[in-house]
Amino acid sequence: MSLAFRRVACDRGGRRLFDDVSFALAAGEAAVVAGPNGVGKSSLIRIAAGLLPPAAGEATATGRIALLAEAAALDVERTVSEGLAFWAKLDGADAAAVAQALDAVGLEALAAVPVRMLSTGQRRRVAMARVVASGAPIWLLDEPGNGLDAASLGRLEALIARHRGGGGIVLAATHLPLAIPGAQTIHLSGGGTA
Amino acid sequence: MLALTLRDVRRGYAGGGAALVVAFFLLVAVLFPFAIGPDAAVLARVGGGVIWAAALLAALLPVERLVGPDLESGVLDQLRVRGVSLALVAAAKIVAHWVAFAPPLMLAAVIAAGLLDLSGATLVRVEIGLAIGTPGLAALAVATGALVAGLRGGSAVAGLVMLPLAVPLLIFGAGALDPVGGAGAFKLLGAVSLVLVAGAPFVAGAAMRAGME
Repeated sequence: MSLAFRRVACDRGGRRLFDDVSFALAAGEAAVVAGPNGVGKSSLIRIAAGLLPPAAGEATATGRIALLAEAAALDVERTVSEGLAFWAKLDGADAAAVAQALDAVGLEALAAVPVRMLSTGQRRRVAMARVVASGAPIWLLDEPGNGLDAASLGRLEALIARHRGGGGIVLAATHLPLAIPGAQTIHLSGGGTA
Repeated sequence: MLALTLRDVRRGYAGGGAALVVAFFLLVAVLFPFAIGPDAAVLARVGGGVIWAAALLAALLPVERLVGPDLESGVLDQLRVRGVSLALVAAAKIVAHWVAFAPPLMLAAVIAAGLLDLSGATLVRVEIGLAIGTPGLAALAVATGALVAGLRGGSAVAGLVMLPLAVPLLIFGAGALDPVGGAGAFKLLGAVSLVLVAGAPFVAGAAMRAGME
């Protein structure tokens, strides 16, 4: 299981956002993508997820991927547990894994609440629960700390640490300081290098 | 695949989606007598065609809700990360859209036939035609929905894209109402419907992928 970028470049709207980004992550390793708004952090995550073809270079991932994107991808009229169960079925995860994941993000009390009643931060945590429940070894997290309160941030850091302890890979794009011990930093700056 | 279809069927019926299509269909069917006049003989002659035109317009109504919301909410991203092919997603959506829209429409056609004073034999031909033609309409609707997903003013563009492509369905669907030469039209209607159902998942899949980049 690994995630590697080799001299990856990204164009958006005819403009080069970044080029020559290279890194390699093996089991248990993590990287944080840092840089100001609009520098291409989300695009880098989407390239890693295979949703966006790189303009140059190569992005390779071996192993299943779980993506925490900006959009929650949850049907707002359904309850939290129903929404997660839909994705758990696609991931081959069982109900126990979903319940554990909800517990891990501190939302076990809201399992029967429709998603539209949740706050921004709570939706974010439900989306994080989907990542946890998926059992995928590679986590791609786009601004995982957005909208989270201090306690939830602590839980997020603990989840990342536990995932890495179990041999998982984490690639996180964030402009908030997240405590991820021993993580590489991929610094993006306009048209710059890694 | 089954989970995807079930999810979309539920979304189709939830929020009065199917009821809206039926109400719109009946409203269009009722507008024609007002415009043409209450002559029963004239209405009975044009009625079958009116039902087909109304069905086409009603099929256009939910197009914007078929793919656009899933693109926006990131559902398509999540499916693709899991390695689900977008053509398969489109196929699931076509099946789901047909289930959510064709049976209510075919029921409503019975009511419309009563309003337009169609004979029983014509009604049977309309229903057979709808049963053959609606899969093609559903496929066209999903493909159009995928093409206009994420566009501003998508619903207006959707009409311009979908209605011309649906003209063959209209021609052969209405042509099949002729009791003498109708059999050939049924076969051609089936052929058009099949072509649409076979091609639409790939068109819709490619359109979704383009929309995601």
